[in-house]
Formats: sequence, C-alpha cells, structure tokens
Amino acid sequence: MDVQTGFFYLFSAVLLFAAFRVVTARNPVHAVLYLMLAFTQASGLWFLLHAEFLAITLVLVYLGAVMVLFLFVVMMLDINVDSLRAGFWKHFPLAATLGAVVAFEMAAVLMSGFRLAQVTPMADGAAAQMSNTQALGVLLYTEYLMPIQIAAAILLVAMVAAIALTLRERKDSKAINPAIQVRVKARDRLELVKVAVTQPAPAPAAPEAAAEEKKQ
Amino acid sequence: MSITLGHYLSIGALLFALAVVGIFLNRKNLIVLLMAIELMLLAVNINFVAFSRYLGDMHGQVFVFFILTVAAAESAIGLAILVLLFRNKNSIDVQDLNSLKG
Repeated sequence: MDVQTGFFYLFSAVLLFAAFRVVTARNPVHAVLYLMLAFTQASGLWFLLHAEFLAITLVLVYLGAVMVLFLFVVMMLDINVDSLRAGFWKHFPLAATLGAVVAFEMAAVLMSGFRLAQVTPMADGAAAQMSNTQALGVLLYTEYLMPIQIAAAILLVAMVAAIALTLRERKDSKAINPAIQVRVKARDRLELVKVAVTQPAPAPAAPEAAAEEKKQ
Repeated sequence: MSITLGHYLSIGALLFALAVVGIFLNRKNLIVLLMAIELMLLAVNINFVAFSRYLGDMHGQVFVFFILTVAAAESAIGLAILVLLFRNKNSIDVQDLNSLKG
C-alpha cells in the first residue's frame, strides 16, 4: 500500500465521518464546523486527483467565504434546537433504509458493472507540460469565455439579490434625499412679499352695531 | 492495490447517500437542509474531478468550476432568504412556511 492509497483512505474516512456528523449534529454551529472539515478532506482528495487549482479554490473560496457566511448566519439566528429536532428519531429508520439502498445500489453498479479497474489514470497528456492551473486557465479563457462571463453575471445577480432581500431601511432615520436637495430652487425656499411701510388704522366699528348696543 | 476510479466514485456515492439521509432526518431544520445540499454538490464535484483525472479530460474540472460558482450563488441567496424568514416568523421550521401572502 503506497502513500497515496493511505492518504486516500484517511481523507475518505474523515470525509464520511464529518458528513455523518453534519447531518446528525445537535448544534447547528457544530454542523457547520463539521461541514468545513468535510470540505477540507474533499480538497485533499482533489489534490490526490491532481486537480490542484480546484482544491485550493475549494479551500479559499468555499471554506473562506461561503462556509464562513453559513457560520455567521447560524450564529446570528437564535434557534430553538429542540423543536427542530422533533421527529428526528421517528424518521431515522426510513432514512437509514433509503440511504443504505442508495449506497448499496451505487456501490454495486460502480464496483462491478463498469469494470472501472481497467481505467487507469492517463498521463496528463497534452497538458503534461502545463501546470493544472495553466491548463484550466487556457481552457476557461478560450473555449469557455462566454460561460465564464455568464457565471460572473450570476454571481453579480446573487450578490444584488442577497443585499436587496436583507436590506432594511431605518424608520427613525432623518436622512434627506440628496436629489431633492440638489433640485431645489431659491424661489422654493424664499418668498418676497410686498409690505407697505405705513398701514392705515383699522376702520372704526360700524355705527349700526354701536346703536344696537345703546338700545339694550 | 492502487486506487481506481471506482474508489472515488464510491466515495461520491456514499457522500450523496449521507446527504439524502440528512435531508430525511432534518426535515424541519432549514439550515441543515442547505448544508445537505452543499454535501450533495460536493459529492457530484468529486465524481467530476475523478472522471476528469481518469479520462484525461480537463473539461470536467471546468464544469466543477461552474458548479462551485452556482453553488456559491445559491447558498448566498438561500441564506438571505433564511435571514428574512427568521426576521418575519422568528423560526426556521420548514413547516411554518405555509403562507404565500406577500
């Protein structure tokens, strides 16, 4: 058993254990941390498969950004774990049966049906002179130029959507719309009124009213 | 015995099966559902990388690249919706999501 085989079994064992703990952990924060462990082990497996660029991308982008975002959200929410765990053991037999069926069938097909033992890893072929990163980059920026632009647009849309969904305006804010401030004219603010310098004294009370008062 | 393509595919299959079990077990917890989906995507990615290596074709790795992109977008929007949901309902139980009124 050479070193690569040993590492393959090590990474696989830890990966499966971490995945198992992700779905069974009681505390969601622990689940996210186990998910991060699972991703690091998958990254190790990809290193064994000579996919260095993707392995490092998985650690940098997925562990560094997406999983930390998960962790932030999980820590921000005040979750009542007990109510969410209700029915966990009730569904366990069905889930275990289904999982075993899926795993058994797939393993049966993959191990015996395909005769995959005959497939040996090819020499890196045309890319033998190039590093994995260079080969991937050449492919991405020539053949896949349009799809990568679309992927970038998808990321932009996701960012705008996430911000727009969670944006909350403060109700007690006294901020003024700057556009209105810029558009204002002097005559909207200041009104000049002609006022005479002297004003006549108010006219004396009507004589009829005075006469009525005398009668009473 | 050296590692064959079947070994890697079996790891992918086992991971996928575990994620399916996780979806069944944590039907109420939206966060764990999202995490199980991430695990499924990881299993698919392992299959892609393994095939790419054993068939000597770089296109599989390019596809993994795009899957990672879409998965990142999906989890960002999913978590945003989750936060919004928690703000409005004060719970992330899937069974509380039974009204479509805006």
